[in-house]
Amino acid sequence: MAKHHKTGGDAVDHNRRAVLAGTVKGACTVGLIGALLAIPARRRAEAVALRPPGAVAETDFLAACVRCGLCVKDCPYDTLKLSDMGDGPTIGTPFFNARKVPCEMCETIPCVAACPTGALDKGLKDIKNAKMGVAVLVGQESCLNFLGLRCDVCYRVCPRIGEAITLELSHNARTAKHAFFIPTVHSAKCTGCGKCERACVLDEAAIKVLPQALATGQLGKHYRLGWEEKRRAGGSLVEPSPEVQVRGMEGVEMTPGGTYKLDKRPDGGFKEFKP
Amino acid sequence: MSVAKAAHSGLDNPGVSAVAAKGWLAANKWLLARRLCQVLVVAVFLTGPLWGVWIAKGNLASSLTFGILPLTDPLMVLQALLAGHVMTVSALVGAAIVLGVYLLVGGRMYCSWVCPVNAVTDLAHWLRTRLGIEKGLPLNRNTRLWVLGGVLAASAATGTIAWELANPVTMLHRGLVTGSILTFGSAALVTLAVFLFDLGVVQRGWCTHLCPVGAFYGLLGRAAVLRVSAVNRSACDDCMDCFAVCPERHVIAPALRGAAKGVGPVIMSHDCTNCGRCIDVCSKTVFRFDTRFHNVPSDAPSARVA
Repeated sequence: MAKHHKTGGDAVDHNRRAVLAGTVKGACTVGLIGALLAIPARRRAEAVALRPPGAVAETDFLAACVRCGLCVKDCPYDTLKLSDMGDGPTIGTPFFNARKVPCEMCETIPCVAACPTGALDKGLKDIKNAKMGVAVLVGQESCLNFLGLRCDVCYRVCPRIGEAITLELSHNARTAKHAFFIPTVHSAKCTGCGKCERACVLDEAAIKVLPQALATGQLGKHYRLGWEEKRRAGGSLVEPSPEVQVRGMEGVEMTPGGTYKLDKRPDGGFKEFKP
Repeated sequence: MSVAKAAHSGLDNPGVSAVAAKGWLAANKWLLARRLCQVLVVAVFLTGPLWGVWIAKGNLASSLTFGILPLTDPLMVLQALLAGHVMTVSALVGAAIVLGVYLLVGGRMYCSWVCPVNAVTDLAHWLRTRLGIEKGLPLNRNTRLWVLGGVLAASAATGTIAWELANPVTMLHRGLVTGSILTFGSAALVTLAVFLFDLGVVQRGWCTHLCPVGAFYGLLGRAAVLRVSAVNRSACDDCMDCFAVCPERHVIAPALRGAAKGVGPVIMSHDCTNCGRCIDVCSKTVFRFDTRFHNVPSDAPSARVA
């Protein structure tokens, strides 16, 4: 185009420049709209990425995090990444994918120390109190321990072995002589580091760390568990009322403890349950 | 290039007469200094990841240099405050340092010397001139103040640092210092959008008309000490080169043409980015960097003030 530049008042040349300019303008507008649309269009629904240790609640996090990446830079294990479109979290904010690189739970918590804004709360002094998420054994149909085998890998790699994940025994009715060793997560102790998810031997991890709100339920604040209250108080909080008659089944004697005393008949049945 | 053979200067080829008068280097020295500065602002963040020599960590949103100097974008702190979050000491100190510096040197020096988007929009403008694209859609330059207002309102309404959803400044810088620009992610797309907007839709569209970050830093620059001064304005031969290169054309006239009205030679508008390009392209050496205190209206043709 520089060739045609200033060659006198050539009308054809002028026309050509105008056409060129118009084409560039049109192409720019098309490209501009395309680029702007491409950003939200490439968003994916995957939204279970985890925040670094000490991250304040998600709503407050977006008010505090300036997306500077200082936590990412100071993470010695390259666990943390800054999000880009398609990663799930808001663009530019730090997150990690436990299946790829879990949190190694550094005792000095360098990511929190690096945060200049308070998006990662410096009140977190002990990494064991971190709440990056909660592990949930979502894949119960494929978990090897649920199948009656002894994988135990999630339990073994847990930095809080025996606290955050325990193996709970139950009867294996299939073999009738073995036990299931069911990996059981205790949300109060689980930091959400994701080492269990990373280590799960399956093609798709059976145990996954989820954000707290997705992973756990929440009892109504007014709920009281009677047996807990009783244990705490050292006895029942309500006196049994003498007026209330405990009604049992007809012809069956009730013991004072509230259990039925059923008389077995010689043929094996119970006399009240005659068909 | 046939560009150089154009005998006259003027809007199409600003700077030709300056090159002839002062030599190429002197006619581009502030531009070169500025580009060098912009490259350094990225390079200091890259030496660590690339060669293990850590100078600065973070990015333009917030950074830590040599492990001790915190710098934080005050606009972020303000948005966070409106969103209901008071930042911790490190960020507040960092923002105070940034505020202090730009109050002194002029807020919009951030735009022309630090911001990586400036190089993109300058390129778009250069290409626009080469392709002979006329002005494009009209847009009031004060739109950016409304955008800034909208950004602050959105922060308060949503409880988030709202502008970071779209901010090309931090997205591009983040993309450059983390390398994510190479993945054709948000950094590349937003930068491309700004480039195309400036090239084909509005002349000097982004930086001069819309960017709320620039508007914010502009407001900071009202009392700035460092200024460009048309100290030698009596030598002006009306070649218009300075107007052609200036991204904020309205700032020049009051100072350059103000002698008759008794207005001093210092460019006092807070929109001036202190880019120094007018100093470069002037063959008569009308402009130079000065302070606001040397703004004496009476200038005899030969006697330089201060």
